[in-house]
Amino acid sequence: MPSADSLRPNPEELLRKVQADERRERRGRLKIFLGYASRVGKSFRMFDEGRRRKERGQDVVVGALQSGVTPDIQEILKHIEVIPSIHTRHAGRNYDVIDMSALFRRHPQVCLIDGLAYDNPPGSRNPQRWQDVSELLDRGIAIITAVNLQHICEQQDQVERITGKRAANNVPEAFLHEADEIEVIDAPPDALLDRTGAKMIADPRSLAELREMALLLAADVVDRQLQEYLDSHGVAARWGAQERILVCLTPRSNAAEMLHSGQRNKLRFHGALLAAYVEQPGLRQHERELLDKHLALARQLGAEIHALKGSDFVDAILAFAHEQRITQLFLGHTGRPGRSWLVRSPIDRLIDGAEGFDVRLFPHEGAL
Amino acid sequence: MSAPAKGKLKVYLGYAAGVGKTYRMLEEAQELRQKGVDIVIGYFEPHGRKETIAKTEGLEAVPRRPLTYAGSQFEEMDTAAILRRKPAVAVVDEFAHTNVPGAERVKRWEDVHVLLEAGIDVLTTMNVQHLESLNDQVFHSTGIRVRETVPDWVVDEADELVFVDLTPRALRNRLERGVVYSPEKAHRAMENFFTETNLTALREMALRHTAHEVEEKLDADAAATLAESPGEPPAASPPAGRAERILICLTGRPSSAILIRRGKRVADYIHADCLALHVGGDSHNREAVERHMSFARNLRIATHVIPGKDVSGAVAGFARAHGVTQIFMGRSAPLPWWKRYRETIVQRLVRQARDMQITIVAERRR
Repeated sequence: MPSADSLRPNPEELLRKVQADERRERRGRLKIFLGYASRVGKSFRMFDEGRRRKERGQDVVVGALQSGVTPDIQEILKHIEVIPSIHTRHAGRNYDVIDMSALFRRHPQVCLIDGLAYDNPPGSRNPQRWQDVSELLDRGIAIITAVNLQHICEQQDQVERITGKRAANNVPEAFLHEADEIEVIDAPPDALLDRTGAKMIADPRSLAELREMALLLAADVVDRQLQEYLDSHGVAARWGAQERILVCLTPRSNAAEMLHSGQRNKLRFHGALLAAYVEQPGLRQHERELLDKHLALARQLGAEIHALKGSDFVDAILAFAHEQRITQLFLGHTGRPGRSWLVRSPIDRLIDGAEGFDVRLFPHEGAL
Repeated sequence: MSAPAKGKLKVYLGYAAGVGKTYRMLEEAQELRQKGVDIVIGYFEPHGRKETIAKTEGLEAVPRRPLTYAGSQFEEMDTAAILRRKPAVAVVDEFAHTNVPGAERVKRWEDVHVLLEAGIDVLTTMNVQHLESLNDQVFHSTGIRVRETVPDWVVDEADELVFVDLTPRALRNRLERGVVYSPEKAHRAMENFFTETNLTALREMALRHTAHEVEEKLDADAAATLAESPGEPPAASPPAGRAERILICLTGRPSSAILIRRGKRVADYIHADCLALHVGGDSHNREAVERHMSFARNLRIATHVIPGKDVSGAVAGFARAHGVTQIFMGRSAPLPWWKRYRETIVQRLVRQARDMQITIVAERRR
């Protein structure tokens, strides 16, 4: 079996997992509203959810507000208790820091935090607001908060490429993955331009690119949560909505064409690209060199590379493909029939065993 | 007089009943009405949801058209009456709906097209699982085979697509509170379709599909800009590759439907042409073949037939003549043991079309 040892969790890992689960049990629930640009309406949606929860009898307070509260949010705030943040000045700048001790004392069921990406002034309890939120969660307080794409640390390079601007405050993407729920606030860019009077990012094209990024980011968060849920409930891996492409490399395969096609599909589908080879002991010098060249190209194209062990090529590839929830498998072929009609060729066996994924056959170079 | 400019179509896309698609659509309708836009409700399905019904207040509704079918009374959208009323904008709920036999058109999206052709803008709602190309994936992820489908091109042509999000947990809470269905129906729904895993999988599909549509529009706009100013080279052109052309090999076997959907989906994503071919005149399943051919044509795939028995030879020849780069086919049916020495069609094609890529599509099971 391929890399079966590395996949079986060891006892320490299991223990860590159990502890993490216990921590999660005690922890308050985290819900994040994600928007793709300012004023897409995520703050309103967050406060509106707070209002509805309050009406249903939950104990809701506001822990942080952003400056410039709009009239519709002002209306909601009439009905929800606000724990005022602490106003300070540092090096000539104004800061509003969450009053952590007041919140600990008050200990509400649910706390609304607007503006998750916020740097606290030096000397604060935590350098960043998301760390404050993390502490509140640890105390068992449920948090509803809102953040914009341009503040997600790992997305900032790409956002800057699109808008030419970089937001000062950020939140690590890992914090999104920790959330129990993430909700996307989607709206066509035109509607946004109407609403803002084209103040922030006037270019509808940039807005559309940011919108796509936010949707894909949310899809990735959702995909990971689904896989974690399935894993923890002992449900066998099954396809998600993401296309996962596996290129099978052998020394003589037309690796360049397979890898470039794979990369194109990865970009088009916003999927994942994997490349795998089965370790063979009897490889000759020039075969080794060819394989190394293929692997270097795979690395260059951003493929995730896996070395599989196993006495049988087909079994190793099939097991790996199923475990990795592959949806498209790329494989080279010589175009020659099998050695004998009594023995099924590896390609036939692979096609027979391809449960739930497509097999795309690429002729070897010079197979004509 | 010249024909009116085509109306604009806006689709509110969700992933299940109860996420708030209709509510969001009606919110926009109210905003438009307040701005003085001449807007009517062409069709609205209240489902007994109080908050949603409240959102229709003050909006003019065109009465539905009663129809009798198999001794029962039904009501459909009265397209002719809307055309006579001729508003600027019509609100039409449930885009994927199939009309009762006896109505002028089979599908509601066809009625919507009539309105658009008459220059009426339309706001509508649908769930992602009704998209034809996702049918097998939805079945695989949820175990549910959706029967009411809409060809992808119909949704691709929408001027705007808005994703209406709600987390699965919030949706299940709504069900528990009886907001979406009656308590008894809600309870059954939560055990069957509305499980956390089903909802999460569908939601991911909707997110990815909306992102895909946004990207397609960006690409189309970029191409249009380029066409206007051909002198300027594109700043970041997509990786060049030779133009791809996909050929789908159809048979009468039931798995052909999966093959068509999959081939078309891949073609759409990689911007390839898509053709379909059936070889042979085997009369015993002519009806099934014809059904698959017409299904392919509904998805805007050009179909071809070549008579004869030499399937692999005909496919290879056709593919070469038409500049095909990738052949899509299903797995060959297993041969009985006494015929195992024979080559399957896949094997023969691999040998005969050595200059082409061949994709063997597996059935998607649960």
